[in-house]
Amino acid sequence: MLAYIGRRISALLVILLGSTFILFNLAAISGDPTQGLRGSTDPHAKALLAALIRNLHLNVPPPVRYFVWLKGIIVGNFGTTNDGNPVSTYLASALPTTIRLIFLSTIFAIVLGVAFGIISALRQYSRFDYALTLFAFLMFSLPVFWVAVLLKQYMAIGFNNFLAAGKISFIWLLGASLISAIFWGSVISGTRKRFWMTFGVALVSTAAVLELINVIHWFDDPGLGIVLVGLFGVGIALGTTFLSTGLANKSALNSSLAMAAIGTALYYPDQYFFNHFAGFGTLLLLALVTASIAVVVGLFFAKVDRGPAIRTSVISAMLIGLLITVDRLMQTWKPYVATDAVNGRPIPTLSQSNSLLPTGNFWMSFLDALLHLLLPTIALTLISFAGYIRYSRGTLLEVMTQDYIRTARAKGLPERTVIMRHAFRNTLIPLTTIVVVDFAGIVGGAIITERVFGWQGMGTIFNRAVSSYDLNLLMGFLLITSSLVVIANLVADLLYAALDPRIRVVG
Amino acid sequence: MTIFSKKKIESASTDIALKETEGLSQGQIIRRRFFRHRGAMISMVVLIGIMLFIFSALDFKLFFIKYHGWWKYSITDQPDLRTQGCPVALPGCPTLTITPGKGFGLGDHPFGQDDIGRDYFALVMRGAQRSVLVMFIIGAIGGALGTVVGAIAGFYRGKIDAILMRLVDFIITIPTIIIGSVIGFHFGNLGVIYLAIFLGLFAWTGLSRLVRGEFLSLREREFVDAARVAGASNRRIIFKHILPNAIGVIIVNVTLTMSGAILLETALSYLGFGVVAPDTSLGLLISNYQDSFTTRPWLFWYPGLFIILIALSVNFIGDGLRDAFDPRQRRRISKKERRSEKVGVKNKESARR
Repeated sequence: MLAYIGRRISALLVILLGSTFILFNLAAISGDPTQGLRGSTDPHAKALLAALIRNLHLNVPPPVRYFVWLKGIIVGNFGTTNDGNPVSTYLASALPTTIRLIFLSTIFAIVLGVAFGIISALRQYSRFDYALTLFAFLMFSLPVFWVAVLLKQYMAIGFNNFLAAGKISFIWLLGASLISAIFWGSVISGTRKRFWMTFGVALVSTAAVLELINVIHWFDDPGLGIVLVGLFGVGIALGTTFLSTGLANKSALNSSLAMAAIGTALYYPDQYFFNHFAGFGTLLLLALVTASIAVVVGLFFAKVDRGPAIRTSVISAMLIGLLITVDRLMQTWKPYVATDAVNGRPIPTLSQSNSLLPTGNFWMSFLDALLHLLLPTIALTLISFAGYIRYSRGTLLEVMTQDYIRTARAKGLPERTVIMRHAFRNTLIPLTTIVVVDFAGIVGGAIITERVFGWQGMGTIFNRAVSSYDLNLLMGFLLITSSLVVIANLVADLLYAALDPRIRVVG
Repeated sequence: MTIFSKKKIESASTDIALKETEGLSQGQIIRRRFFRHRGAMISMVVLIGIMLFIFSALDFKLFFIKYHGWWKYSITDQPDLRTQGCPVALPGCPTLTITPGKGFGLGDHPFGQDDIGRDYFALVMRGAQRSVLVMFIIGAIGGALGTVVGAIAGFYRGKIDAILMRLVDFIITIPTIIIGSVIGFHFGNLGVIYLAIFLGLFAWTGLSRLVRGEFLSLREREFVDAARVAGASNRRIIFKHILPNAIGVIIVNVTLTMSGAILLETALSYLGFGVVAPDTSLGLLISNYQDSFTTRPWLFWYPGLFIILIALSVNFIGDGLRDAFDPRQRRRISKKERRSEKVGVKNKESARR
């Protein structure tokens, strides 16, 4: 295995060397950074020109200059831009921004895409399946900048207007309730009677929740409070147990229900930590503590077959912890909206953070960063999860025809176990590799999204490099994006070999 | 719960599927399957309709092809901004009427006018022409290159294969949009045709890998040995014997490349690295007028509508083709057919008795 990895890495290095060599030469011959200075009438132009040529080694022919550049890269020096600043500072500030931009949307796209794809495969040829297929194709065909403009108009400006008005209008209430009713009606299968029952329940409950939000002016000062956290916690525990082990597994059920109770009990102590030790370190620490409590609880409830119980209780505990954190963010909403920098219009359409916001308050800046992520994340999720829907649907359909599925059914396993343990897990194998490779591709593809939403990330660097013929900057950008692609490919191959025992790696 | 309800075992469906394909050639089966794909057929009609419409609307000139369009304005005409019948602040509003009762009418400027009075219908038509042209050129060049490279690599294997596949690896490491931007920035001003040709030169890598895989497995089959024993040359084996068997992969992949190409062109033009003025494209139109969405939304909606219509139909056609070429694909058997099949079986049984 190690020999294999070593061989692959050396092959990848060769590929990187080759592709950067080709790119370097292509870029070098296609533009001249001295163009602006040559035509200039500035008396210092000559001196500036000489300095530029010296700094960028422009008197060296491109194929040789590549090795000058490569020498720098090997010792970790990315060279300087045309105006003399080090390229590495640009990259160091841009890469985290871009990764922040695409990270959440990738996670959402995967989770939603796989969930919808699998439901759609289990309901093959149903109306839900057809509707989802149509939707996926529509999303395939949408340019991201076009979606972005629509989102800015209807999500951001529309929602801000709604906040100013302070009330959900009747038409929106009716529309949202109908959509939710149709959605739940088609997801839960069964007889026509069952469909209409689900439809009715979803319609009435959605309408009631929305009307309640209207009545108590929830959006003015949102929050869940300990009661709702407890209720949602029980819901999360039941749902997780159902999907993970089935409700029949009493030890898993009890341990995740216990986690819901513990989470609710720790609601006020959590608030203390949130307020007095605010920061990502605290959040991480709390997450670790939560996970260890969950493991202990799982061990306590399960005497035999402990793995599933622990897994279920850890997943529920993490979700409940997330819920309490979201609740804390909601409590920040009211002071955030009231600040001068926000001035009652909380959903931003441009840039990555609100520079007018007073610094120093962790929750305030956290909420601000999340809200600035909202529109780009929705746009990117909508566009990329269509692919995952189609892909996971196709894979699951193929897996369901395999012999081991028939065997599992013949053993008399419940359908839930057949799907979650035998079919779903095998669907994830090819999906993993696709996701890894996609993620690297998106870093390069974020150029457009950054432009539309006015983010200062890798896309900005790229634009600048291309339009000012800045070779070192361009090469720095390309080196990062293509290394990501190459590394992702390697990781995908290794993951595939690790997940699928049928694939043998010859060392 | 019911999310995991058991699927009915469709025993009758295989019989029906078998019976349907009895005595038909491969081509006939594929054609049948494709024609039966409702989404693909509708998309085919829509796409052909749109193409006839947009290419006949304006004067067209491409190398030696030249003709006059039926629309009265060209993209360079600047008639006065229409103020009559428009809100005061919004001169140049669209005149298209499709409201029931009033009837259908194009009017003078169906899609309105831009800032300086140019007819927006003409601009959108020209933009859509550009997008479709780019799509076909990239599809053709990428398809041809990918097929040839993949075929050579897969058929000859060895050194040639290694060299070609390393070349593919080089190109694949760079995201398409970046290659496109660099190309567009340097060659965008040469005109849309050259831009598309250059983009096509980089659009073949995915296809070549697939074709190579097909060739690698097909060249080991008996019919290739038979052809070789009969004295066929390598060229003949590649083009007459193996390629027809790999055509499904090629057609499906080229269609998907084409739908990607249309989005690539609009994205590049949006970034300013694609088609440049005085020519126009759908992406450029959206990029120019995205800020006027709140005041004059028609400048934003119409180009977007055409992008979506074209890309959506190409995607659906690709899906239909994929289903048609996929031998494992099983058509859904409707309840009616299944019932009639059961009746047929019963009749047969009773006749036997």
